[in-house]
Amino acid sequence: MRHVISILMENESGALSRVAGLFSARGYNIESLTVAPTEDATLSRMTLVTRGSEEIVEQIVKQLHKLIDVVKVMDLYQNSHIEREMMFIKVAVDKNTACEAVKRLSDIFRGNIIDVTDKMYTIELTGDRTKLDAFVNALKEFRIVEVVRSGSMGIARGETSLRV
Amino acid sequence: MELTGAEIFVECLKEEGVDTIFGYPGGAVLFIYDELYKQQDKVNHILVRHEQGAVHAAEGYAKATNKPGVALVTSGPGATNAVTGIADAYMDSVPLVVFTGQVPRNLIGNDAFQEVDIVGITRPCVKHNFLVTDVKELASTIKKAFYIASTGRPGPVLVDIPKDITTARCEFHYPKEITMRSYNPTYKGNKRQVRRAIDLMLEAKKPVLYTGGGVVLSGAANELTELTQELGFPITETLMGLGAYPSMDKQFIGMLGMHGTYEANNAMHHADLVIAIGARFDDRVTGNIEKFCPYAKIIHIDIDPASISKNVKVDVPIVGDVKHVIIDLLEELRHRQERPDAAALAGWWKQIEEWRKANCLKYNQDMDGPIRAQYVIEKFWEITNGDAYICSDVGQHQMWAAQYYRFNKPNRWINSGGLGTMGFGLPAAMGVQMAFPEETVACVTGDGSIQMCIQELGTCLQYRLPVKILCLNNGFLGMVRQWQEFFYQKRYAMSYMEALPDFVKLAEAYGHVGMRIEKPGDVEGAIKEALAMKDRLVFMDFITLQENNVYPMVPAGAGHNEMILV
Repeated sequence: MRHVISILMENESGALSRVAGLFSARGYNIESLTVAPTEDATLSRMTLVTRGSEEIVEQIVKQLHKLIDVVKVMDLYQNSHIEREMMFIKVAVDKNTACEAVKRLSDIFRGNIIDVTDKMYTIELTGDRTKLDAFVNALKEFRIVEVVRSGSMGIARGETSLRV
Repeated sequence: MELTGAEIFVECLKEEGVDTIFGYPGGAVLFIYDELYKQQDKVNHILVRHEQGAVHAAEGYAKATNKPGVALVTSGPGATNAVTGIADAYMDSVPLVVFTGQVPRNLIGNDAFQEVDIVGITRPCVKHNFLVTDVKELASTIKKAFYIASTGRPGPVLVDIPKDITTARCEFHYPKEITMRSYNPTYKGNKRQVRRAIDLMLEAKKPVLYTGGGVVLSGAANELTELTQELGFPITETLMGLGAYPSMDKQFIGMLGMHGTYEANNAMHHADLVIAIGARFDDRVTGNIEKFCPYAKIIHIDIDPASISKNVKVDVPIVGDVKHVIIDLLEELRHRQERPDAAALAGWWKQIEEWRKANCLKYNQDMDGPIRAQYVIEKFWEITNGDAYICSDVGQHQMWAAQYYRFNKPNRWINSGGLGTMGFGLPAAMGVQMAFPEETVACVTGDGSIQMCIQELGTCLQYRLPVKILCLNNGFLGMVRQWQEFFYQKRYAMSYMEALPDFVKLAEAYGHVGMRIEKPGDVEGAIKEALAMKDRLVFMDFITLQENNVYPMVPAGAGHNEMILV
């Protein structure tokens, strides 16, 4: 089962490698991981996507809690939550017909074309993971030059929040 | 007044009440050593012969006293040599603060002389670690290190100090208290869970207490004894838990696990309730997890939530300090009208006594044949009244010491359980002897293990540490050989030590007393003679039966009820 885990941690050097090291040392899987400081500069917020049985994810949450730098952990799977990922995708539009078709697909997916040359379009797209996958799929008939994905970020809906 | 980093370092040790540290100097820590020299009446520094020895000695000190052990080593190779000890302390939850020197800040990342990223190297085997980047943070970092190492589930904390920090100056202020928003161990168990646990204990027909190193670490031996006797249940202990409950009491059914007793393992297998206290369901304890305690409900008390339901699904988890929780259990039990089911317990004890009759630890010492290692341990136990500190190395001798030295007190059995570090015994014994100069401290070892930290004989001479070494010499790496006999058709690959030194001469070369004992009839006399030499280290080299096996045994993949007896 896929789980989205939110982690609030001290913004200390080495904190990220403690989390990454925990996953490799204990053989847990990381599908994606994103981290950045929060409105409180002493705290970082990490969203980590992993897969595992209920028992394994329970262990993952406990082991994360055990890291001294980790302040709070929430398995978003337990709550109603929102998940978003951002992507940049660079597509070759050297054929005449391509410009129009790529522009049309980008509009359908509510992407933004953020950089243009006569040979390349760079599109920005935000959505959940499956939407991003679908867009990459839709562009397969063109030449995709580069894909940059941020990894998922998550937040619980409603009153539930992860804060100190 | 402003102090240098080196001065602050020593002030912090004094503030923490550290009287003894173990270490080895080098370039990156020279300012610290200079300060230790100036204040040698305040902090006693023990110079080891190898950094691994420093950390094991600090572990021995910590395991015997339940106070954090402290080691100080230099950067680079000093730090990497300490890693085995740090990993050992991590596996056995030993409170330890290890200080490593580091190259000056401006050289970090430059592949400087004796530079190594020790914070990165030790990250997976420490409870936490720090690189000090500002002298103003040195004191608070050291405070945090001691706090983290000694609270919650204890463990090693490493503090890496760049050389230029030790000369930089700032005002010294040692924080009295420290709070960390990201670290708040739970000490009190949940009341509702405590009630549920008592409910199960009162319903149980075939209960067994299974206790581990957490009881010793929590200082809860008396409380455990009280609870066990109040309940009247049988109790078994893990390798790490020995001594928490008096071994000579009839409710004690021996150690459990791979080399546990027949009665303990069978009691676990047939139990309808297992009460795990400060134990972690290690694979050497459980055997085949699929066959583990098939009929039992399980209560698990542990301070580390991550230990609960890690290997075995638990019915009643109680997160908290073992001592606090046992006190709450006793209180709850005394509030109840009901008592444990006496008729059922009588039947259960009858069954256990049947298993006991197998007399699984019996062995035959032919007084005209070679010495059996078991006999040496049993004699040592008799002569020392079960009161010595036994520091063991790793292998067959470790199992025999655990089986035949019947511990009546906690903190007396000092061994490397989780990591299984050969070479642990002698330096650990030094640490214990430093903590308790008047007590009998023995190192039970083998001809393989002793050679892994043999250089510490030099340290023992320098500080006149009268450790008694019992080397159970069988000319083999005995445990490896035993497995090769059982599972590799006696192909003794590399388990034979063809070039053993003359240990008697070696001990003498280091300025100690050496003895070689070859006949069973000489064992008792030799031990008494060695113990009479109160101020000397005595190396007793017992030439023992070569192909001697540790029994009983739960072979890999088997369940607790599938033991090999002989």
